[in-house]
Amino acid sequence: MSVEFCGLRLVHPVINGSGTFDALAAREAFGTALNVEFPFAAYVSKTITLEPRRGNPPPRLWEASGGLVNSIGLPNKGLEGYLAEDLPALASLPVPLITNVMGSTAAEISELLEACDARAEIAAVELNVSCPNVKTGLDIGADPRQLEEVLRTVRPRTGKPLIVKLTPNAADVSACALAAEAGGANAVSLINTLRALVLRPVSRKGPSAVPERRPWLGAGTGGLSGPAIRAVALAQVAAVAERAQIPVIGMGGVSTAAHARDLLDVGARLVAVGTESFRDPVAGAKIARELAG
Amino acid sequence: MSKAPFGRRLLRVTGMDELGAYRVLRVADPDGPEPEPGQFAMLTTAERWGAGENERPYLARAFSFARWRDGQAHYLLEDVGPGTKRLCELSAGEEVWTLGPLGQGFTAPGRVGPHPRRAILVGGGVGIAPLAILQDALECEVTVLLGFRDGARAVGAALLDGAQVATDDGSAGYHGLVTDLLAAELQRDPAAVVYSCGPAGMLEGVRAMCAQSGTPAQLALEAGMACGFGACFGCVVPRHGGGYLRVCVDGPVIDAAELDVVEEHNGAPA
Repeated sequence: MSVEFCGLRLVHPVINGSGTFDALAAREAFGTALNVEFPFAAYVSKTITLEPRRGNPPPRLWEASGGLVNSIGLPNKGLEGYLAEDLPALASLPVPLITNVMGSTAAEISELLEACDARAEIAAVELNVSCPNVKTGLDIGADPRQLEEVLRTVRPRTGKPLIVKLTPNAADVSACALAAEAGGANAVSLINTLRALVLRPVSRKGPSAVPERRPWLGAGTGGLSGPAIRAVALAQVAAVAERAQIPVIGMGGVSTAAHARDLLDVGARLVAVGTESFRDPVAGAKIARELAG
Repeated sequence: MSKAPFGRRLLRVTGMDELGAYRVLRVADPDGPEPEPGQFAMLTTAERWGAGENERPYLARAFSFARWRDGQAHYLLEDVGPGTKRLCELSAGEEVWTLGPLGQGFTAPGRVGPHPRRAILVGGGVGIAPLAILQDALECEVTVLLGFRDGARAVGAALLDGAQVATDDGSAGYHGLVTDLLAAELQRDPAAVVYSCGPAGMLEGVRAMCAQSGTPAQLALEAGMACGFGACFGCVVPRHGGGYLRVCVDGPVIDAAELDVVEEHNGAPA
């Protein structure tokens, strides 16, 4: 079941979606058992930004119909903290490490890629392009022309494999994938969460109370994940895999080996498990085992 | 703290007992590590989890261990949403997926205050659960103060020994807030350590009162939580001095001094 991905030899095709598994927190909760059957063939870190971020104000979660809406806000220690504190610990995991980074300008992204390039512990870099351009306010990854331009600028800053994590909140996702490829990406991963809105429940305090329909999540909108998005993910992965030459990491609502098989069958090289790991931290290993059997 | 086996485990329900407005779910876990008081588990029924109201539940639900006896975990349930409703329907012989024990439990009295002579346990509603397993473990003098909305819920006080009860509607025990009882206890003898779990409003009352009297307090918090083991970053509460604490891995028991205020909890999936 081993698979080649951007020059890396992975023992099976199942990895984690960025931000859905904190290996260091899991090691605290589960002890050394984590390393005995590490659930993923490569470990993707949560998104790292140049400066530390505390994340969004709560509430950060909402249980949707067959899924989860979240607005976490990418809390992280910042590049310096990640490299100094987390990277040495993550390097002891039994699988290759993919570091996910995000910046709001080409200059920021370049700095992040250069820093990752200098560290042998990092096998590949995944670039989160679901970040608003500080000038236009549009997600960098939602506009093919902008995405290609940014990638052409930042691509030379690292010799490591560069994966672009596409946003599904774009008019034409395969055009974005082709732009990433033209800009020098070695692989694309999709889908990220779908933009979603949840309103505060109507107050039950009585008929005279005027309902205040404010967003439930502290940051306003969030992203939908889980089984609710599986069919959307399959359509987008199929469309991208059909047109792109570079390998595709497919994800979105994978809960079983059958779901993973669907993504592989429409052309994904790897699949990622995300929200299902919240329900069972060994879901990735179970899915990989079942795929092999 | 006890570490959880890696991955959720399918365990057998050995009983479901009514306790006033609540239910006590018993689950056999002969091979599981014994939880420490204040730790919790994430529960999912093996069958028909999902496709309830609004196609929920989907995520596992977090429950404090209410008791650990003869290799069985006891959980206190209240039907307040699609997940808790489904769990309340379980009966002996059925199975539940269990991930746990998780989180940081209560710190023993000897390691909390300077020289606490006794522990005061302050609970509210279904939040009395972790105080029961704590009472089982405590060896010092213990005072138990429990508050409930009404008489049907006050029946839950039987989970602990020797509880003084308060109800919002006066149908059982003292007519008023459990924090009124705490104020009297602290006035009588402030050299105690307070352990508390319950609704956010009650916990904030306990926190403020203990801060004023200089009484150390350990608060077991609840928060919307997708995973229970630090992965989702959903269950945060603001920390004294800035930043956030993850209730699942930094708590659920958090020293009151770590918090400026106990905010209305952010809607745990129920």
